[in-house]
Amino acid sequence: MNPITPILNGLKITLAHLFKKPVTLQYPTERPKVAARFRGLHALNVSHNKAKCVACYLCPTVCPAKCITVEAGEDANHDKYAAVYEIDMLRCIFCGYCVEACPVDAIKMTGEFELANYRREDFIFSKERLLEKK
Amino acid sequence: MGIEIFGLPMMYYIAMVAKVLVAFVFVLLTVAYATYAERKIIGHMQVRLGPMRTGWHGLLQPIADGVKLFFKEEIVPSQSSTFAFLLAPLIALIPAFITFAVIPFGGVIEVAGYKIPLQIAAYFDTASGRVYDINVGVLYILAMSSLGVYGIVLAGWASNSKYSLMGGLRASAQMISYELSAGLAIVSVFMLSGTLSLNEIVLQQSGYNGLNWYAFKQPLALFLFFVCSLAEINRTPFDLPEAETELVSGFCTEYSSMKYAMFFMAEYANMVTVCAITATLFLGGWQGPFVSSFVLLGPVYFIAKVYFLMFFCMWIRATLPRYRYDQLMYLGWKVLLPLALVNIVITGIIGYFIK
Repeated sequence: MNPITPILNGLKITLAHLFKKPVTLQYPTERPKVAARFRGLHALNVSHNKAKCVACYLCPTVCPAKCITVEAGEDANHDKYAAVYEIDMLRCIFCGYCVEACPVDAIKMTGEFELANYRREDFIFSKERLLEKK
Repeated sequence: MGIEIFGLPMMYYIAMVAKVLVAFVFVLLTVAYATYAERKIIGHMQVRLGPMRTGWHGLLQPIADGVKLFFKEEIVPSQSSTFAFLLAPLIALIPAFITFAVIPFGGVIEVAGYKIPLQIAAYFDTASGRVYDINVGVLYILAMSSLGVYGIVLAGWASNSKYSLMGGLRASAQMISYELSAGLAIVSVFMLSGTLSLNEIVLQQSGYNGLNWYAFKQPLALFLFFVCSLAEINRTPFDLPEAETELVSGFCTEYSSMKYAMFFMAEYANMVTVCAITATLFLGGWQGPFVSSFVLLGPVYFIAKVYFLMFFCMWIRATLPRYRYDQLMYLGWKVLLPLALVNIVITGIIGYFIK
């Protein structure tokens, strides 16, 4: 077999690539485009100035990583609400089952993906940190 | 100007020091920026950007790399053979640089009435009106290029590490195999030129259009010499001595800090040297259009040719994967060596009938 032609073809291809526009994203300065249905950090939806969550326990039940902790409480109107709502981001696999399971549309996933932190405790997101930012 | 030292005018020594300094600094800068150019070119060939952060489009990257390597911890393995371990980088680096002593990079310039040939180891004789350089310049180059392998073998052996030893052994086997073909490939050039003096060889390739270049008279020799040179300087696709996938980093696995940087510099200096030799022997050296009326165009043409060949090396690196060891040996002994011999025979026959 002729060994030279494939090498020349290869050289041609690499030369053609030299003049293509690089696909590199200069990350911290250039931001990536986050898709509309991207599954990033969770957020608790707010309605009438309080979280919509009714502490039904469907999300910790469906969660395959067992990263959601919910404790129910009773508010002044004798309504059930989540007194504690914590997600351990070190365990979360961002599958989005909690969003699918929620019967009252209380939880959603945002485009936030920069979740690095310095301390282990900082990865446990409390209810205050999860509340939807307006 | 009247002062003479060892029968040579003062100007000779001044010019010599100036030439050495300019050439050395130039090669050093080229080596530094060859690393940058390589990363950029290969990056763009892979549709990436390459270094972008240090300085405008990463232009200060070589300096940052140098500073980093300079301040890294110096490690000498306790089981290594210390003297050889320290000596090896020097043996690898020095031959790579001193080869430049015989490469002509321009014509004869006149400074303050004294004629200086732009070739470090050369002297313009006013009585006969011609340049005298080392008349076995090519032999000197071949000698220096084979000296470099000692550094690598020594590094491999002195490290007392199996990866280093494997890298060193591969390097020696590879260099012996390919030096033969490279040497034989340029024999056919000498058969045409009738001289080993690089200055003479460049002068024979003069002319406006470059049709006197040995590249056109000896295309096969050019191909053979360039391929063998790539193998000799351990560049892809022949970078088996430092095959990362198999040998960690080959002969320089145990090296750190400045000693590693010296191997790195030697590798790129060798690339510059090989490209300069190829340009001198085959691409007419500093010859080019209008060079007889504007002498300073000579270095410009020379640098342009060298840089083109260096670009070609990087282009090849971005294209070809590494050869397997048996393929390397097969190519060296069963393809390139016979081709080089056949080329010599054909050159001899044609030379006999045409002359």
